[in-house]
Parts: sequence; structure tokens; C-alpha cells
Amino acid sequence: MSLDISFIGILIGSIMASSVPLILAASGELITERSGVLNLGVEGMMIIGAISGFALMVITDNLFIAIVGSMLSGVIISLIFGFLTQSLLTNHVATGLALTIFGIGLSAMLGKNFVGIPGKEFPILFSSLKESIPFFGPILFGHSIVLYFAFALPFLTNYFLRKTKLGLVVRGVGDSPVSASNQGINVILIRYCCILYGGAMCGLAGAYLSLIYTPQWIENMTAGRGWIALALVVFATWSPIKVLIGALIFGGITILQLHMQAIGFRIPVQFLSALPYLMTIIVLVVISRDSRKIKLNTPTSLGRIFYKEK
Amino acid sequence: MIKIEKRNDVPITLYFFTPFIAIILTILGGGIIFYILGFNPIEALKFFFITPISNLYGFSELLLKATPLCLIAIGLSFCFKSNNWNIGAEGQLTFGAIVGGGVALLFYNQEGFYILPLVILAGAFGGMIFALIPAILKTYFNTNEILVSLMLVYVSKLLLDYLVVGPWSNPEGFNFPETRQFSDSSRMPQLFEGLRIHAGIFLALAAVIISWFILYKTYLGFQIKVSGLSLKTAKYAGFKGKTMILVVFMISGASAGLAGVGEITGPIGQLHRMISPDYGFTAIIVAFLGRLNPFGIIFASLVVALTYLGAETAQIFLQIPKYTGQVFQGMILFFLLASDYLLFFKIKILNLKKNELRH
Repeated sequence: MSLDISFIGILIGSIMASSVPLILAASGELITERSGVLNLGVEGMMIIGAISGFALMVITDNLFIAIVGSMLSGVIISLIFGFLTQSLLTNHVATGLALTIFGIGLSAMLGKNFVGIPGKEFPILFSSLKESIPFFGPILFGHSIVLYFAFALPFLTNYFLRKTKLGLVVRGVGDSPVSASNQGINVILIRYCCILYGGAMCGLAGAYLSLIYTPQWIENMTAGRGWIALALVVFATWSPIKVLIGALIFGGITILQLHMQAIGFRIPVQFLSALPYLMTIIVLVVISRDSRKIKLNTPTSLGRIFYKEK
Repeated sequence: MIKIEKRNDVPITLYFFTPFIAIILTILGGGIIFYILGFNPIEALKFFFITPISNLYGFSELLLKATPLCLIAIGLSFCFKSNNWNIGAEGQLTFGAIVGGGVALLFYNQEGFYILPLVILAGAFGGMIFALIPAILKTYFNTNEILVSLMLVYVSKLLLDYLVVGPWSNPEGFNFPETRQFSDSSRMPQLFEGLRIHAGIFLALAAVIISWFILYKTYLGFQIKVSGLSLKTAKYAGFKGKTMILVVFMISGASAGLAGVGEITGPIGQLHRMISPDYGFTAIIVAFLGRLNPFGIIFASLVVALTYLGAETAQIFLQIPKYTGQVFQGMILFFLLASDYLLFFKIKILNLKKNELRH
């Protein structure tokens, strides 16, 4: 295998494609966590999005319905989490875990009749430019619309959190729910919205897998990507732009493994697969050691229950 | 008019009664899901909850699956009672199985009464060491134990994967991702001919009794409970928080390690990729359903084990995927957490007239 310039272009293109579900899910979860809610149900919401998207595609044969439907199903399933944690004040960690366990089970039940059905080809944009321009062609062109959206999302999220009033409100709710509430902000409502938004993005991330990346339905097909997305939010220290960088690193590791196996490289693939998790632990240690750093980076009320005496 | 009021104290009978409400709601919810999917709900639920334990073999299978769940949940109860969120029991189970399995592989062609105890101890030790990682990082670097213990689950699973396809794979195994079979001296003795239930169940029962003793009869147990209720009080009382965190994680990890070693020396007999169907995560549900009480956990482990078994039976008779068990497990926890609302809040139906008078 020669390492010529066009091969590197194709390689970068495939790394970008593999990082899309991570970017989408992590960007959604980032907003949820910024509002002070820790939702460990990412994997469950993604897998529900994956089966709903695929099932709707097979039934309606309409891409738009499939994509919107997958996001809606993510919203619906995250509504369970929102209702429990926000209205019934349940523990975030336990509820999120239940959501993941429930989601994997439910998706397998719903997907029973969709196993083995071949998926449709998802339209890609600018496919002629992909072939004609060396190196930059496969990087910039020939992707699905979801990929372009995913790569814009971290910048939009960053703008939202830093420059808009609503973004400031979300951050305020996450950092100090009590003072936000005293300012007349409806903390519970904001948190509900952030949870549902996270659900929509996780649903879309799942649909990307079942409609575009590997167009078919396989039980448990998210294969731990939801957990990597969760790790990614921490790895990025709750910053949207770093989510993008981290997703490319984590996605790059996945692609690298495949190629290393192909050329018979001596590093065990499992070690590479473990890298995202190990790197996340290291980042956690680095930011947590210094109490000032953790206050700067972590949403202060993350995972804590907010209750307003009426 | 409905008014919701915060309760001042939690009624103890309600505390132990709500898990039953959760179980009943889960069965109803399951019936509804089966109905929506086009099954006869009564028949489907019968396949799920009654058929699996209608004979002796099924009952042995139930105890076989309840054993690791009970062991892990007992360990987790120490962590959860003291407000330490160890959710990486699956990783501690895996690492325990790796260390225990490694010792068993050392003795693969030897016989001796001392081998099994060594393997079991190694497994508990492995789980304990692995649980110490999030504990040490939490105590000395202030890291979030939820995230660290969770990340380590995947690290340990990948390590196991590496070992069974790489250095530990069976040299005569045609490149299957599995190790050699352990020798008979590394296997848990079976209790009855023809049934898979093994001596590991005594480990679980011993764990129940020991944990009851520690939690309710020792100073450590007192510290754990006080820290769980109020960290401030614990600090004021001068409890050494750091030591306690390390100890509860060690107990929890060792229990999960024991569960792992029980699986590989019991029904499995070797190491491969699929040593646990996420027992470590499901045990979190068991711990909550059992109200973090040692005897409650025995009951809860049997209930949750039935969802595993029911899913296997339903897979055969109704051709539904085995992941269906997880639908029930998720629902149990949802309903349990939701019904906890009744513990902390009183729902009062007010008489409107009286209300008007007061105004």
C-alpha cells in the first residue's frame, strides 16, 4: 500500500465519515450537560434513532421522513428521561443507564422484522467533484448532507453557547440553577428542552449509522459509540470545537485500526480501540486535579437534582 | 385540587413496598409492548415469566444467573450507600475474570485441591485492583468516578479481547477467540448431577451475610451510612472520607471480580469474549430494586435473573430477540425510580371548600 497523496485524501474522507455519529451525539449531549443534566442514555437514544430511521426508510421509502422520524424518536425516548429526572426528580445516572438498557432492548424488538433487509443508497452530494479533484476531492466532496450538517454543528453550538442570550441561559442553568431560578428563569423547562435536543441529535446520529454509514439494521449496531460520545464530551472539556477535534481523533483511531490490520502492523488493534477511553481518563485527571480548572470547564451542577419548593 | 407536599420522613413500609409496585407496572408495561408488537400478551408473558421456571432445570438456571447479579449488587450497595457512583462493575467483573482466568490457565494441565481457591482469590483480587483505579483517582485527583469507572469497562473488555485472540488463545483452538479449557481442579463443583448450578451460589450467600454484618453491626457500616445520608455530617464526625471511599470501592470490585471468576470457573470453563451478558450493568438495577439491603438484593437478583431467563425462553418460543430482557430490566428501573417520587412527596387531594374558607 503506497502512501500517495490521493490515498491520504481518501483516508481523511473516511475518517470524517466515521466521526459523524460521534460529533452529532456528543454535540447534543454537550448541550444537555451544559444545562446541568448528565444523560447516560446516549447509546440507547442512538440505537432507537438507528432502528426508527431504518424502519421508516423501508416503510415509506422517503429519506426526509426517515431522518426527521429518527430525530423525533430520539426526542420521544429522551422525554422519558426528562420526565423522570426533571418532573419526578430521579437520579440522573440511574435513569440514564435505564434508558440505555431499555433502548437497546426496545430497538431489538422493533427491529426484529428488519434484520437482513438491504438498505437504500443515500444520495451523496458533489460526487463528480470528488473524483475529479485529487486529494481535496474526497475530503470536501462526495458526502451525505448529514455529514456537512455534522461538521457545521460544533460551530453553531459554539455560537449558540457564547453569543446568544438563550445560550447564556443554558450555561447559567447548568452552572447555578438556584441563581438562574431566582432571576426568574424556568430551570426545569430549559433542562427539558436541552434533554430533548440531545435526544434529537442522538437519534440523528443513530440514523446516520443505519441509513448512511452501514445502510442496514443490525441488533446493537451502535456498538458502544454512544459511550464514546459521552467520553468525547468530557475529553473536549464541554467545548463544542474540541468535540469536533476529539471526534476526528477518535474516528481516526477507528479507521487507523482497519488500515493497520491490513498492513499487518504490530500494535494490537484492541490497544488502539482502548485509546479514546484512556485519553478521556487522562483528560479527566488533568482537569480535575486543579479545582479552578474544573470550575472553569465543568457545568457546576452537572448531574445534581434541582428542586424548587413551591 | 391536587397538592404536592414534601414529606419530612420516608415511611419505611412504603420504602420496601414500592419495588413491588415497580415490578407489577413492568409486567403490565411488558404486556402492552407485546400487544403492540402483535403477540398475545398473556401468552407472551407466560413464556417470559412462568415457563422458564416451571421445571427443576429452569430453577437451577434462575439461581445460576441470580448468583453473579446478587454478588455484584451486594458490592455495589456499599458504594451506593456511601454516595460513590461505581457504575463500572462490568469492568471489574471482566478484569477479575482475566486475573482469575490467568491463574486457572497457569494450572491448565494440573490437578489439585488448592487450585480453585487460588483462582477465586485471584479473581477477587483482580476486581479489587481494578476498582481501586477510579477510587484512587477520585480521592487524590478529584476525578468523577462515574466517568472513570465507565470508561474502564471498555478498556477491560478490550484487554480481554486482546488476550483471547492473542497471547492466551488456545494453541489447539483453530484460531477461535477463546482460551484453553480450564482443568477440572479450576472448576466450581456442581451441586447436582445434570444441573448447571454450582458452588458459586454459596459465595453469593456468604456475601449477603457478611455485608449485612458489616453494614449493620460495625463502625465501618455506620460510617458508610452516615456518609450516604450527609457528607457534611460525616466530615463533622471526623470520618476519614478517603479511606472509606477506597474501602467501599475495594469491596465492590472484589464482589464483581468474584462474580466474574464464578462465571468462568462455573458454567463457562474458559475465557472468551462473551463471559458476561452485561451482568455488571444489570446488577445496578438489582441493587436499586433490592433497596441496597442485603436481603432485598437476594429477592431482586431473582427477579432480574428471571428477565434474562425469560428472554431466552421467549427467543425460542416467540422468535423475539434475546435483548427483549433488557426492555424489562430498563422498565423495572424506570418504574422504581418513578415510584420513589411517592417516598419523598405526599400527594394530597384537597377539599376546595376548605381551601376557600382559609383564604
